[in-house]
Amino acid sequence: MPTTEPSRAELLALYERMLLIRRMEERLRADAAAGNLPGAVHLYIGQEAIATGVCAQLRATDLITSTHRGHGHFLAKGGDPKAMMAEIWAKRTGICRGMGGSMHVADFSKGILGANGIVGGGFAIATGAALASKLLHDTRVAVAFFGDGAANQGVFMECLNVSSLWKLPLLLVCEHNQFSEFTPSQDITSGDIADRARAFKIPTTVVDGNDVVAVWQAAGEAVGRARSGEGPCFIQAHTYRIQGHLEAEDLFLAGGKYREKHEIDAWRQRDPVERQQQRLLAAGVRPDDLQAIDARIGRVVEEAVKFAVESEPADSDLALELMFVGQKA
Amino acid sequence: MARKRYTHAINEALIEEMSRDPRVIVYGEDVELAIMGDTRGLLDRFGRERIRNTPICEATLTGMAVGAAAAGCRVVVHMMFSNFIYTGFDAIANQMAKLHLMTGGQAVMPITIIAAYGGGASNAAQHSDSGYPALVNLGGVNVAMPATPADAKGLLKSAIRGNNPTFFMEAIGRGGEMGEVPDGDYTVPFGKAATAREGRDVTLIAIGSMLKPTLEAAKKLEAAGIQAEVIDPRTLVPLDEEALIAAARKTGRIVVVDEARDRCSAASHIAAVLADKAFGALKAPVKRVTVPNVCMPYAPNAEKRMIPDADRIARIATETARA
Repeated sequence: MPTTEPSRAELLALYERMLLIRRMEERLRADAAAGNLPGAVHLYIGQEAIATGVCAQLRATDLITSTHRGHGHFLAKGGDPKAMMAEIWAKRTGICRGMGGSMHVADFSKGILGANGIVGGGFAIATGAALASKLLHDTRVAVAFFGDGAANQGVFMECLNVSSLWKLPLLLVCEHNQFSEFTPSQDITSGDIADRARAFKIPTTVVDGNDVVAVWQAAGEAVGRARSGEGPCFIQAHTYRIQGHLEAEDLFLAGGKYREKHEIDAWRQRDPVERQQQRLLAAGVRPDDLQAIDARIGRVVEEAVKFAVESEPADSDLALELMFVGQKA
Repeated sequence: MARKRYTHAINEALIEEMSRDPRVIVYGEDVELAIMGDTRGLLDRFGRERIRNTPICEATLTGMAVGAAAAGCRVVVHMMFSNFIYTGFDAIANQMAKLHLMTGGQAVMPITIIAAYGGGASNAAQHSDSGYPALVNLGGVNVAMPATPADAKGLLKSAIRGNNPTFFMEAIGRGGEMGEVPDGDYTVPFGKAATAREGRDVTLIAIGSMLKPTLEAAKKLEAAGIQAEVIDPRTLVPLDEEALIAAARKTGRIVVVDEARDRCSAASHIAAVLADKAFGALKAPVKRVTVPNVCMPYAPNAEKRMIPDADRIARIATETARA
C-alpha cells in the first residue's frame, strides 16, 4: 500500500492539536507546582505525536481507552479543554463532575472510554468495545493506548490472543516511553514488545513516536485494516517521557535518581512539537501563521483555566448518587 | 405456574432475554456445550455471534464486559465457578464497580456475571468458595442470591434488563432442584425480601443456598413447638433492610444463616444492621450460622462439618428462641 502524504491542512491540524496538548499540560505543570491541583498529575509532554497522529485517523464514533497519562488522548480525540481542566481542578463542571480527576478523564459521547488508573486496565475494555462493534455490525474501531509498562501485564497477552482469534476491529498502540513509573523499561522487560504481537500474527508496525506524520501514516493503514474486518493491528511508537512519572515526584524520590539529565536533554532535541514546526516552516508555512496558532491556543488554555477556577466545587454528596444507576449507594 | 428445575429456570431467562433484546450477548468458558447446564440450547438458537466460548482468561472476560457494555451490548458473562471471580477481579473491582461514579455518571454498565458458589460437592477449596461478601463490599455492584427456581428466573431477567453490574450467584450442585415458576414474562425486583415461611417465635434469615437447610430446620423446630419465620433477602445488594427490621420487630429473635466464612460475612452485615436499627426490639443476641473461617476441605465428612445444616441451624435457633 502506498504511503499517504498528509496535505498542508492536515499537517497544520496535527501541529495545532499537539500544541494544544502541550500548552494545556504546561499550564497543568505550573498549577501542580503551585499546589492548585488536589491530586496526582501525570503529564504526556514529549509523547503528543502519538495520540495526535492516531486520533486524527479516527471517526467521532470510534472508541479509545487511555492510560493514567491520559490528557493527550482526551484532547486528541476531541475532548473539551474546559471540561478537562475543570475536572482536574475538581469542579462540578468537570467532564466527570469532579468524581474522576486527572487520571480518569472520559467523555463517552466522544468515544473516550476513559483514562485509567490501572496500568493495563484499558486492554480488555478496548477489546470488549471492539467485540461489541463486531457483534452489533457497526464499523467502529477501538483503540487501546498503553505504555511499555502495561505490556508486562498478563492481560496484554490475553487480549492479543482474543482479538487476533476473533478478528476484532482493534488497534493496539504501545507508547514506548522507556519507563515503568520510576524503573527503566530495559531493566524489567524481556525481548521486544512488538514481537509479542507478532507471535499472535498481528500486523505490527514500529514507528518513531516523536514524528507525528509517521504515526499518522501508520495509524491510517492500521485503522483502515481494522475497520475493514481484517482484525487487530499493533503499533509500537518509540518515544520518551520528558516529565517524571508524576509531577512533584522529587518528593517521593528523596534524592534518588532513575535517569540522567543528559538523556532527557538528548530527547528534548527530538521534541515532536518542534519537529512538526520545522516541517511546516520547511513546507513554506510563514512563522506568523504559526504564531497565530500559538496565540489561538493560548486563549483556549486561558479560557479553560478561567472556567475551571471560576466553577463551583464538586457536589460533595454526588458520590452517594452515582455508585449505581437509579439506586442509592 | 409450572414445576421446573433451577437450571431450567436460568436457561429460560437467558433465552427469553436474548430473544427480547438483540444486544444481549453471553460468553464464558464452555458455554457453547453448556457445561453448567444453564446455557443449553443457546448456540443453536442464537448462533456463535451472541453466545461464544472464550479462552480461559478471566481478567479479559470481565474487562471485555466493561468495554462491550460501554459500546452498547448487554453482557452476560458466565464465570463457571465463583472462585474464578478472583482471577477476573481487577476489572470487576477497579472498572465495572467504579466507572459509573468515576465518569460522573457517563458509564452505564449493563453486565450480569453468573457464577456458582459454595461447597458440598468435594470440589475442594479452589472451587467451593462463597465469596460474595467481597462483592457486597465493593459498593458498585448488585448481588443476587436466588434460592428457588422462580427467583432464579425472575432475578436473572431483572439483572439482564438492569443498568448496573450484577452478580447472579447460583448455589453449586443444586441446579436439579425443582420449584414452581410463574408463567410468562416473570421478573423479580431487586431489594425485595421474600417470606418463605411465617412464624412468631424466631426469625431465620437464610441467604441463597442456605434457604433449603433453613426450611428443614424450621420443620424440626415446629416439631419442638417453635414457630420459626424464614426470610430470604434474595438480593444482598440492594438489601431489603426494611423487611429485615420488620422481621426483627416481629419476633425479637434473629438467626442469620449464610454459607460464607463468618468473618465479615453477609450474616455479619445483617446482624450489624439489626443491632443498629432494631436494637430495642431484640430479645436475644443476633446469632450467625456460617462457615468457620476456613477454606473448604475436600473430604466429604470434613466438608459437611463446615457447612451449616438443618441440625446446626435448628440447635442455634432453639437456643435463640429460648434465650
